[in-house]
Amino acid sequence: MAEINTENNDGIHFITVNGDIDAGSSIYLDNAFKEALGDGEKKIIADLSGLDYISSAGLGVFISHLDEFKLQNIELALFGINDSVKQVFDILGLEKLLTIEETKEAAIKALND
Amino acid sequence: MKVDFSNFFPQLSFTGFVLFTFAYYRYVITKADSLNFTDLLWKVFITGLITTLISLAIQLFFNLFARSTLVESPLTINFFYNILIALVVIFMVSTLVVWKRLILYQKSKRLLQLWGLFEIALVAALLFDFFNLKVDDANFRFSLIVLGCFSIILVFNLKWVAYLNFKQKWKGILFIILSAIYLYHFILNLLKFSYTEVLVIDLLDRVFVWGVFGFLFLYAVISILVTLFNLPTSSVFEQKLKEAIDFQKLSQSIPRGETKDQTYEILLESSMSAVFADAAWLEVIEDGGRTQVIRNLRDDDIQGIKSAIKTDTIKSILQLELKNEVSPGKLTDGIKHAKFKSIIALPIMVQDSQVGFIVLLNEVSEAFNREMVNIITTFVNQASISLENLTLIQESIENERYKEQLKIAKNVQKSLLPRALINNDHLTMSAFSMAADEVGGDYYDILEYQKNKFGVIIGDVSGKGTSAAFQMAQMKGIFHSLVAQGKSPEEFNKQANMALSQCLEKSSFITATYFDIDTTKNILHFSRAGHCPSLFYCKKEDEVNFLKCDGMGLGILRNSKYDDYVYSNTVNYNEGDTLLLYTDGITEAKNIDGEQFGSERLKDSFTIHASKAPNQVKEGIKDDLSEFIGEMIIDDDYTLVVIKFKDKGKNG
Repeated sequence: MAEINTENNDGIHFITVNGDIDAGSSIYLDNAFKEALGDGEKKIIADLSGLDYISSAGLGVFISHLDEFKLQNIELALFGINDSVKQVFDILGLEKLLTIEETKEAAIKALND
Repeated sequence: MKVDFSNFFPQLSFTGFVLFTFAYYRYVITKADSLNFTDLLWKVFITGLITTLISLAIQLFFNLFARSTLVESPLTINFFYNILIALVVIFMVSTLVVWKRLILYQKSKRLLQLWGLFEIALVAALLFDFFNLKVDDANFRFSLIVLGCFSIILVFNLKWVAYLNFKQKWKGILFIILSAIYLYHFILNLLKFSYTEVLVIDLLDRVFVWGVFGFLFLYAVISILVTLFNLPTSSVFEQKLKEAIDFQKLSQSIPRGETKDQTYEILLESSMSAVFADAAWLEVIEDGGRTQVIRNLRDDDIQGIKSAIKTDTIKSILQLELKNEVSPGKLTDGIKHAKFKSIIALPIMVQDSQVGFIVLLNEVSEAFNREMVNIITTFVNQASISLENLTLIQESIENERYKEQLKIAKNVQKSLLPRALINNDHLTMSAFSMAADEVGGDYYDILEYQKNKFGVIIGDVSGKGTSAAFQMAQMKGIFHSLVAQGKSPEEFNKQANMALSQCLEKSSFITATYFDIDTTKNILHFSRAGHCPSLFYCKKEDEVNFLKCDGMGLGILRNSKYDDYVYSNTVNYNEGDTLLLYTDGITEAKNIDGEQFGSERLKDSFTIHASKAPNQVKEGIKDDLSEFIGEMIIDDDYTLVVIKFKDKGKNG
């Protein structure tokens, strides 16, 4: 199970994920991204510090929106990823396509630069 | 007392005739199983009519020739008297058999015993009559009293009366009254003959005759009275019986293969007749559709009634918004409508949610009582159960079909994994793959595309189940076509990505590692496409290491930019070195504490078993894994492939 919250702050759309993202809860993450796209958000930061586990379905959610983000010039940054989740991103090669930062400040900075 | 022999033979023939008639009627009436109560009484009536008509004819004969010597001769008198005896016996015995059947309609052991005793007493009376005692004898009267007592106890078994409807009760009363009149007529007739002193046998001096007469007459009187008293309540009984039948109809409607619409019809009809409603309608919403069954109402009536409802409970029932249980008292109310004054509204619930309602209307105010609401509630409940059952039956048929299709998919998928592994002079291998669902998305394969050159792949389709299995099938197609062309590992992944970009779902991707093994040069060349790094055991160093290589999952970048992220690596191997391929189902398997098996534990496990034969390596790792996870179940596809290398020099 996962709990996903969204929040707008200084022109940045924050998505906070808590819990596990598996096949079931990946739908909520997908909805959160779709909502942000629909609202015309240009800067999205995902706080994954509460994310314990992500399944391939959850990774699929990130992957499925990559093209869209690029097309619409949307910038996405992630931060707070724990080691085991980071390892999953790394093995898959996703870390090369996503902006992954250690802290929130770094993520904001990465988007504003 | 002594037996009068002048009387013996007439009495003997009388007894014989009685027994014969009894046997005959018992056979006839018992055989006719389907006879209902009015038919039985009808039989009594007809037999009585015929016998009475004949006896009237005899009387007429005596009246016509009243003054002639013919009617005064003992021979003539005795002749006609014997005919009369026969008629009386036939009527009495047939009536007795019918009364018996009525009395024993609802048998109990005690009642059967009592009736048995009564029959014995009657036979005893027949035998007793051989003494030829007169009516005024004390023994005669005592015997009569005994029979009378039996009669009084027996005549109150009148349960059959309750099963007659109103019309049948009137018929029954009529028939029984007529039968009683026949009896009375026969007694009078016998008395008349009794005054002439020339009779060979006087029936009136028979305990049996008086006993049976008494019994028949008493039962007739009591039957008439009881039936009369039961007349006013018969409509209630009929109503209850109808309710029970309706209830049964409802509960059987689905098993009999009727559709939902037929169940609604039955429900509405039964409910209306149970509460004497003047009009009614039923609405059910399911699968997006709306079913409405209406009786004696127009559409504008329904709107009018909806707006005339006063109480919130009924309003919420009609809007399908009922949340919690409602007390029966709140389901009925009065309405201010031009035509209808009373209303019952009942929700139809299926699996704890309201799917519809039934509304019953009456033109009289306060026409519905609590009892009626209760009956309708049971009807609706029964209908709900029937509907629920129908849903379940349909679901289970559907499930059965899916299972069958999954079985087919499973068989197809099994055929996608290599049937035979390679075991030759250059390498030996062992593999194991298990799907979490019926079908899975893990894939491995090996192909010798040139002599001593092997293409090996391990792959994992994101997600699991049927869609993963289909994508795995695509991966197999790509593998076989690219391996046959002898592509390098880098080229393999680039082209596989291109091919998969066309056909993979947007959120799907495949991780894979492709190995090109050259057993003449002892070289392992590989490219990792986002798949978990394989493990390599170096025998010389007795050490296990991950085969490192950058890379990205197939289908993540669906354009030529992907090519920028493709890398490859090369390893030289020696004899006894072993390669372990696996999917993340192994490393992500969790124990009861939620802890993953992890790549380090896998590495350690492999280190322990690596020097063994491939099959033992595989089994060893599987054992370690199942020991770690304990009772938990792996909720993902997982695969292990072990390849052990031999030395080309030694093996030629």
